[in-house]
Amino acid sequence: MLIAVGSMALMGGVLGGVLGLASRYLAVKENPLEQELQSLLPGANCAQCGYVGCGQAAAALARGEAPVTLCPPGGKAVAERLARKLGVKADLSGQVDKEPEFALIDEDLCIGCTRCIRECTADAILGAPKQMHTVLLDNCHGCAKCFKVCPTEAIKMCKVPVTLSEWHWDSPQAHSGRLH
Amino acid sequence: MKLFPVRGGVHPDYRKERTAEAAIVALPLPKALYLPLQQHIGAPAEAVVEAGQRVLKGQLLALAGGPVSAPVHAPTSGLVAAIATMTAPHPSGLAQPTIILEPDGREEWAALPPPIPDPFAADPAVIRARVADCGIVGMGGATFPSAVKLALGTEHKLDILLLNGAECEPYLTCDDRLMRERAEAVLDGARIMAHALGAARVVVAIEANKPQALEIMARAAAALADVTVVKVPAQYPMGSERHLVQAITGRETPARKLTADLGVVVHNVATAQAVREAVRFGRPLLSRVVTVSGGAVAHPANVEAPLGALVSDLVDFCGGLTTPPRQVVNGGPMMGQPLPSLAVPVVKGMSGILALTAAETNEQPSEPCIRCGTCVTICPCGLVPVEMAAFIRKEDIDGAARLGVQDCVSCGSCSYICPAHIPLVHFFNYAKGRLAEKAREARRTDRVRQLVEVHNTRLDKLAAARAAQAAAVEAARAEAAKATGATGQGGAS
Repeated sequence: MLIAVGSMALMGGVLGGVLGLASRYLAVKENPLEQELQSLLPGANCAQCGYVGCGQAAAALARGEAPVTLCPPGGKAVAERLARKLGVKADLSGQVDKEPEFALIDEDLCIGCTRCIRECTADAILGAPKQMHTVLLDNCHGCAKCFKVCPTEAIKMCKVPVTLSEWHWDSPQAHSGRLH
Repeated sequence: MKLFPVRGGVHPDYRKERTAEAAIVALPLPKALYLPLQQHIGAPAEAVVEAGQRVLKGQLLALAGGPVSAPVHAPTSGLVAAIATMTAPHPSGLAQPTIILEPDGREEWAALPPPIPDPFAADPAVIRARVADCGIVGMGGATFPSAVKLALGTEHKLDILLLNGAECEPYLTCDDRLMRERAEAVLDGARIMAHALGAARVVVAIEANKPQALEIMARAAAALADVTVVKVPAQYPMGSERHLVQAITGRETPARKLTADLGVVVHNVATAQAVREAVRFGRPLLSRVVTVSGGAVAHPANVEAPLGALVSDLVDFCGGLTTPPRQVVNGGPMMGQPLPSLAVPVVKGMSGILALTAAETNEQPSEPCIRCGTCVTICPCGLVPVEMAAFIRKEDIDGAARLGVQDCVSCGSCSYICPAHIPLVHFFNYAKGRLAEKAREARRTDRVRQLVEVHNTRLDKLAAARAAQAAAVEAARAEAAKATGATGQGGAS
């Protein structure tokens, strides 16, 4: 009994030590900046930037290969945050904010295949196999991943309508070319 | 009572004489009433009636849509013709869900909640609940749900309920008339609110350009030990909550804090009257007094209109328009917002309808800034309008935020005084809108990130559970194999 406990403890200690040393000396070099940049991105891995996911996008940003304006769902807000983190001056003049969208499922066309549910990274689609699905509008952030996989084209992307409480005055310069 | 100076401000031409002597007249019931579901700050109300349903006066039509929201009631008895989208009385001209009510002219009341017998002995929570159920919002124009504001007493130690009768906007006289004609009701409502807030004193602040209102209110308050009527100088924007508190207490409300942090809560006189109706008679907010004025209106007047009457109904009642107006404004000329058309309904926060002629709006093309610094001198918030506008012109909204654009109350004094006619306050409204939008976007991104994290942890857990299950099955199979092996061996030996 004592021998068994002792040997197990010894093995545990030795192997733990080996693991600890390995994690220190054999660690993969990771840019801490990547982590920070990734925390600024939405994290939905929607791939609209052209990279596989937010992690890869953050890596590209850290290497300086991607512009800070790469994230369409994040819009200007994310671009500005990234620019501040990277200490670069973002040229946002060319950046047209993609209007926020949400997915809507046409319930007559939905066959309940659950493919969209598996795609959704924000748990915004509710449904079960061979049951009608629906989108929880509060959770949907318009990444359009579900839109791409729907076999019956039952999903369409709609513009989020401007509400009274969200509307604001446009800049006085917007309409009258030159205003002082 | 000792008053304290308030910095800056302007002295526009008040033009109140057009309606100051016009007693409040009731608008005859129009053919249809249009009741928007959002007449307040916060979540829109949710309709609880259906098209074709008959409703009684004071019956609930739409329920408050959240903790910061307000219900909508039927201003008269009649038939719900439809629930449709309709242009809102809002500068955006956006449409919003609206209940269309066709009055039957019988004015049959629904069963109202019973009056609260002795409001001054009642629990403040009871009064708050009644105010919330009656759909009362700040009627000075801010339209913040009053019940939420009355709850400030639960978290703050309050000393004064400041009743705002300053009415510093030019043209408007609806509060002036209300104080002159219904002084007792206004004061009673104010004292009920003070009780609900736990404030010991009521101070009624009225600008010096309303001598009759001052006199009548002082006479009505003479018998009440806890009410003081104060004459404040006529200086725009005296009616701004923060500036009025400064004039009365001498203390400036810190940026992004509430006046309640100084022990003062400000309510409008019309709100006080509505609270009295709700508490003493159980009547919800069904109508309001609107000043219909401006150079293009034939017979300017103070009209008590049921909520949902069209602006054009009120204008027609006042003799129609003599000339095509340059601008129709909801509220006063300084802070009011243009109306998209006359076919929009009167809502809870509509204090004035001004049909202004081109001579009155006095629009001029803007010229280069001459660096006179007048806007800096007169800014009642102590901001630097010229510099903020320079930042915003270059789309550097954060730069403007660093200079305090969020502390701007949009009083419009800078735009009014600017000799180069630069639309300064317009820049600030834009910047504030952009900042709010950015904050919303950031919140949305954070929320998505949170959802994704939860999603990923769930998937990880699921995978781990599956792996554990597979391992268990594997182990069970190995065990079974061993057992069979063992029996086999046993049999062989």
